[in-house]
Amino acid sequence: MKFAKLRLVAGAAGALWLAACGSSASGNLLPESGEAPGWMKTSDTRSYSADELWQYIDGEAERYIQAGVVRALTADYRREELEAKVDVYVMKDAAGARSLFDAEPAAGSRPAEVGDAARLFRQSLVFVKGPYLVRIIAYQETHGAPEALLALARAVEARLGE
Amino acid sequence: MGSDRRVSRRSFSRWSLAGLLLPAGACRAGVEQRGVAGTSSPPERSKVVVARDEKVRSGRSRLDEARVLDLLDRSLQALYGCDSPSEAWRRVAGLGKVIGLKVNCLAGKGASTHRVLVEAVCERLQQAGVPAKNLIVWDRLSSDLESAGFRINERGNKPRCIGNDIYGYDSELMAYGRVGSLVCNTLTRRCDAVINLPVLKDHSIAGVTIALKNFFGAIHNPNKYHLNVGDPYVADAYMLEPIRTKARLHICDAFNVQYEGGPSYLPQWSWPYNGLLVSADPVALDSIGRRIIEEKRAAEGFPSLKDQKREPTYIATAADKDHRLGIADPGRIDVVEV
Repeated sequence: MKFAKLRLVAGAAGALWLAACGSSASGNLLPESGEAPGWMKTSDTRSYSADELWQYIDGEAERYIQAGVVRALTADYRREELEAKVDVYVMKDAAGARSLFDAEPAAGSRPAEVGDAARLFRQSLVFVKGPYLVRIIAYQETHGAPEALLALARAVEARLGE
Repeated sequence: MGSDRRVSRRSFSRWSLAGLLLPAGACRAGVEQRGVAGTSSPPERSKVVVARDEKVRSGRSRLDEARVLDLLDRSLQALYGCDSPSEAWRRVAGLGKVIGLKVNCLAGKGASTHRVLVEAVCERLQQAGVPAKNLIVWDRLSSDLESAGFRINERGNKPRCIGNDIYGYDSELMAYGRVGSLVCNTLTRRCDAVINLPVLKDHSIAGVTIALKNFFGAIHNPNKYHLNVGDPYVADAYMLEPIRTKARLHICDAFNVQYEGGPSYLPQWSWPYNGLLVSADPVALDSIGRRIIEEKRAAEGFPSLKDQKREPTYIATAADKDHRLGIADPGRIDVVEV
């Protein structure tokens, strides 16, 4: 009887945790148009569970699964002629996000003031904040791209909360 | 139709691989044999054409359509050893009545098969006599194609452009070695032959993804086959009958090479190689493509794929006695640079 109650409580807690993950995933980790100066959101947010992630990033999904990915969200953005894509990987914990970040080469990047740690390249930016790994890719190399990506990253960070 | 001119013979001496370097027009044998992959008597040598044009881009990143056509013409003429590009394209057109073009659009913009290249292939095939409706551009998902700039089209007098989600998968499970998969109906039922149009990319799990692995986009469960660096799964999947018998020509889009961080597009490790790799032998093409990626990685200070424990050993497996899909040994590959 005691064991059954324990299972019930554990099940309810699990359901609540999943619901929390689901609700943060389905909404609103990605900024809407105008939240970052000049940036327009040009697509709906696409969402992938850990089991579905291979449909988005092929076999690379395995690396994220091993690090504890729960869900990935992605959307497209545009600022004048600059097109970009934002990916937010929601991990089980901060250690998982950090392990992915630390595994990537830093050569050619410079630090940026966003999140817990960030690398800014000429056409991309990656940062971690708590259990989130955020990657922003620009499809063009323009003079102001790094600063524009940084502005977009800060809008994402604001969405992630404390 | 494009100009019928002989392939230039410049720049042969720069190539650093162990294979022989042959003048483009001098090699006329062996290409047809490569189309019969998996047979018991593979040829002694294979040919891979490497075509580059440093001026292929107009502006910052846009590809120049005329130069892409010219690169294609030179590549095919060199591969088949024909006297003119039009003769080469007639041979390509003869591969089948309905010809599929298997692209790779998983990564979306930046690291997918360029639409300009696909349109150039379609244009030349139509000029060589293939009706537009008999050309099918396909990939795993329609959304993948759209993300790379293609427009889905199922009817009319234009080439078809569809994802596997439209025609679905064959109900019969096909198996070879450690692979058991459903193969897409586009390949099993619609196409007589396939031109494979992969992208030259690093792969964080499998080492590289080029010609052989592009057919993971023809099966329903590729996510099951990335264990052990994809070995032997990539080779086993290619052995599935519709893939092995219908994939007849491989034109690898190497305009941008993702030499680290693939298969996704990460611009900081994307290299404007401005070229094509063309072969009838997917194993030889992968072998040469892998070498190009390794050389660039070394030049940029990255460890080798082997040191990163992701050496693409499936390429050698594809050439072994159980697969015989082509030649992996660079010493037996003639690299023709045009």
